[in-house]
Amino acid sequence: MAAIDQSKIRNFCIVAHIDHGKSTLADRIIEKTGLLTSREMQAQILDNMDLERERGITIKAQTVRIVYQAKDGNEYIFNLIDTPGHVDFNYEVSRSLAACDGAILVVDAAQGIEAQTLANVYLALDHDLDVFPVINKIDLPSADPERVKNEIEDVIGIEAQDAPLISAKNGIGIEEVLEAVVKKIPAPGGSPDNPLQALIFDSVYDSYKGVIVFCRIMEGRVKKGTRIKMMATGAWAEVVEVGYFGAGQFIPCDELTAGMVGYLTASIKNVKDTAVGDTVTDMDRPCEKPLPGYKKVNSMVYCGMYPADGAKYPDLRDALEKLKLNDASLNYEPETSIALGFGFRCGFLGLLHLEIIQERLEREYNLDLVTTAPSVIYRVHKTNGEMIELTNPSNLPDPSEIDYMEEPVVSAEIMVTTEFIGPIMQLCQERRGRYISTEYIEASRALLKYELPLNEIIYDFFDALKSRSRGYASFDYELKGYEQSKLVKLDILINHDEVDALSFIVHADSAYERGRKMCEKLKDEIPRHLFEIPIQAAVGGKIIARETVKAMRKDVLAKCYGGDITRKKKLLEKQKEGKKRMRQVGNVEIPQSAFMSVLKLDDG
Amino acid sequence: MKKISLYVHIPFCEKKCFYCDFLSAPASVEEMEYYVNYLLREIREQSLFYGDRQVVSIFFGGGTPSILSSGEIVRILQQIRNCFLLAEDVEITLECNPGTVTSEKLYDYIACGINRLSIGLQSTDDEELARIGRIHDYAAFLKTYSLAREAGFCNINIDLMAGLPGQSAASYMRTLERVTGLHPEHISAYSLILEEGTWLYVNQSSYEFPDEEEDRKMYRLTGERLEEAGFYRYEISNYAREGWECRHNKVYWRRGDYAGFGLGASSMVSNIRWKNPEAQQDYVMCVKRMEDAQECTLAGSAFVKYLCKTGFHEVQVLTREEQMEEFMFLGLRLTEGVDRGEFKRLFGECMDEIYEKPIDKFLSAGLLEQEGERLRLTRRGVDLSNVVFTEFLF
Repeated sequence: MAAIDQSKIRNFCIVAHIDHGKSTLADRIIEKTGLLTSREMQAQILDNMDLERERGITIKAQTVRIVYQAKDGNEYIFNLIDTPGHVDFNYEVSRSLAACDGAILVVDAAQGIEAQTLANVYLALDHDLDVFPVINKIDLPSADPERVKNEIEDVIGIEAQDAPLISAKNGIGIEEVLEAVVKKIPAPGGSPDNPLQALIFDSVYDSYKGVIVFCRIMEGRVKKGTRIKMMATGAWAEVVEVGYFGAGQFIPCDELTAGMVGYLTASIKNVKDTAVGDTVTDMDRPCEKPLPGYKKVNSMVYCGMYPADGAKYPDLRDALEKLKLNDASLNYEPETSIALGFGFRCGFLGLLHLEIIQERLEREYNLDLVTTAPSVIYRVHKTNGEMIELTNPSNLPDPSEIDYMEEPVVSAEIMVTTEFIGPIMQLCQERRGRYISTEYIEASRALLKYELPLNEIIYDFFDALKSRSRGYASFDYELKGYEQSKLVKLDILINHDEVDALSFIVHADSAYERGRKMCEKLKDEIPRHLFEIPIQAAVGGKIIARETVKAMRKDVLAKCYGGDITRKKKLLEKQKEGKKRMRQVGNVEIPQSAFMSVLKLDDG
Repeated sequence: MKKISLYVHIPFCEKKCFYCDFLSAPASVEEMEYYVNYLLREIREQSLFYGDRQVVSIFFGGGTPSILSSGEIVRILQQIRNCFLLAEDVEITLECNPGTVTSEKLYDYIACGINRLSIGLQSTDDEELARIGRIHDYAAFLKTYSLAREAGFCNINIDLMAGLPGQSAASYMRTLERVTGLHPEHISAYSLILEEGTWLYVNQSSYEFPDEEEDRKMYRLTGERLEEAGFYRYEISNYAREGWECRHNKVYWRRGDYAGFGLGASSMVSNIRWKNPEAQQDYVMCVKRMEDAQECTLAGSAFVKYLCKTGFHEVQVLTREEQMEEFMFLGLRLTEGVDRGEFKRLFGECMDEIYEKPIDKFLSAGLLEQEGERLRLTRRGVDLSNVVFTEFLF
């Protein structure tokens, strides 16, 4: 292959609010560039995990290299870097953006700007990307492109009058977008003759090739045999293969040079060694300093994960190890619970990350899991001056040893139509929110700013937000810091036995309400036994709420027709199977769902 | 001589009841005739395997078997007589619904040897009946019942249901009073079960079902009232006057051999279970394949292979463990319970060793009781029978 002209490369990404059509536009761009025929296109090529496709969100950044024959007669190489679309993955987003020179901003022609639109576009502008907007879904009856254009100019302050009006779904206006990429996004800088400096923006683990590092070459060149070093982790290796990204496959090439986006493999066995944001350089001719912006990602949310079947503990350990290979932001360490046996305390970037890992463990590794209520990291300041970071409520020291506690607080932005401002403000108040400001985007929409304790939003805040705004509110947040707070540990006693896996930390003022709701919920979840079961909530040994599961009186399956014993036995087996999936605490059997159901307590 | 019972499935009814998830649907006279023709052919083919056994009971179930003309019933029974050897005291039951039988039909039934009639009443409250989509009212039932007595039926079962939408303990009590007042020989009293896919299941939100307390009351009333009225419970949901238990029914619980004919019918012979296809065209194919098949004996693996190749469903050779499980959870349904000696005779092992844990547990929890060699459910054990049964599964 002839040397690639650096001026004919365009590295860019697409930023959008969830559901505004980012992935669909990516599909159309790939389709239009002729790398794939329409027949080969599976809907939404870039989201290649099943889970992503089902949820319609991008979790892991995907990247594709395509060739575009522009109207100026030249052939351009486009590297389209797909970015994760969720606040949990903010850091990954920022690293992907750093690998780009420009961004397409997709805005829904009917909905206009949403909270994530703002968050993502500001992030892109922070990285000095050239951003140009496109207005999508113009074929919707409710589309109002003129209003949206003005909104983009007023709120974000970028030129929008000549924004392409498109329908990604129906392939309208895609050509215009491609031309705009050529004209509005600058060619990458850097020189192939400088020492190697490459940004890692993602990595995946492949059982044959080891870790595959996704990188953007900022300066210099890299090829097979180059001895490379990761500047932050200090790991080093010899490059085995370099290449670029076809649609869904890795295509080896001879060399990657400044301005290019591609991958390298170097028989690295651990993704931990190739942290996102780290800089790759040439060991024999290192660059002076690493690229800016690297930071170690910290878990924000923790929960216990236990195999439903205790014997599957080694399987869970192996599965977590494998997932960790591809997901450096997943942390875990062994823990034991009286109720649940052996398991792991796992740390995640956020609740979505948690849910994704949980689902992957269940689907890809066929594990049946019991997950405990997620917890944030509390700072417990003890009277002896010691400070501990608490990730498991069961480990809270005795109240007499505690001087005070702090909890993480986030700055939240909620975009909402004005008719729902009331209910949403009420929700934020209920969740101990501190009101900051209201900004009117236009007559009918406003941006609410609040500071909220993180532990109030990791449960069901998002669901509550959606239900109280009939789906119209959008939400984004970032960690602000720690604040002192009056926190207590709420314990749940089932049949007078404390169930450690159900304990959680809560603000003292909402302890009673939470305790009451938990008891109610558990009452519905715990099946009747041959005896009566009291369910109690307690704070510091004092009972604050109680419910009772009445004793079972009747469980008869009367009907048996025409001697169909097989069917009858199947029903009994199903019942027996259901019993197996229960956790024995004392002499009470608690279904696994009970441990998770307590998370959804909002009845807004 | 070895014994066998026969079940004949008639998958037709005038109109589907709202709670019904049985294999049954309305059909034209031609469709019914077509079906009966295949039924006759199937009976002939199956009889090649166990035609030498003595038939102790025959049960026409449905659907609504009485929807067929009595000519068809006579043809079926004639075919059975042609192919099988019937015991002198054979029990022949036919299920019917009020409103589908006439006096002539009933006389025809008696004439062809049917000696037990099972009438689906469910409730004596007309509103309750209408709510579950029954085609008849109480008056229609009374007429059918007296016609049946007139025609000479001296063994009649009445089906009842508790837990119907809009039913109260008081209305259920009235049903029990009225029904016991008619002095049937046998009463089957079930609780309504909402089966997925039924009309009632799908539309359950628009009905008001009795609450738990009310449901409990009805359940308790069933036992109390029927026993006061001279019935005794011989099985979880079956009550009879002394000596009038349904023999066919007991064959299922005692794991006697039975063969089922017709769509979706179940069979168990010599510890092999299988089921007929549920789709008409599959069933027809199955009958044709039986006719084309080479001769085969009932014994062992050749028979199993034959069943599979012919297109029967869920063919299952019961392992010794499965036989034990069934012995327990089917036998315990009967008030007389299970016999340790019989268990030992059948399996060569001691019941108390194999099932030490559940037996100990439920004896001490008061759900099981023993008397000599027999082990049976207590009153409370009957109420919680599923809890007990599941623990007898391996």
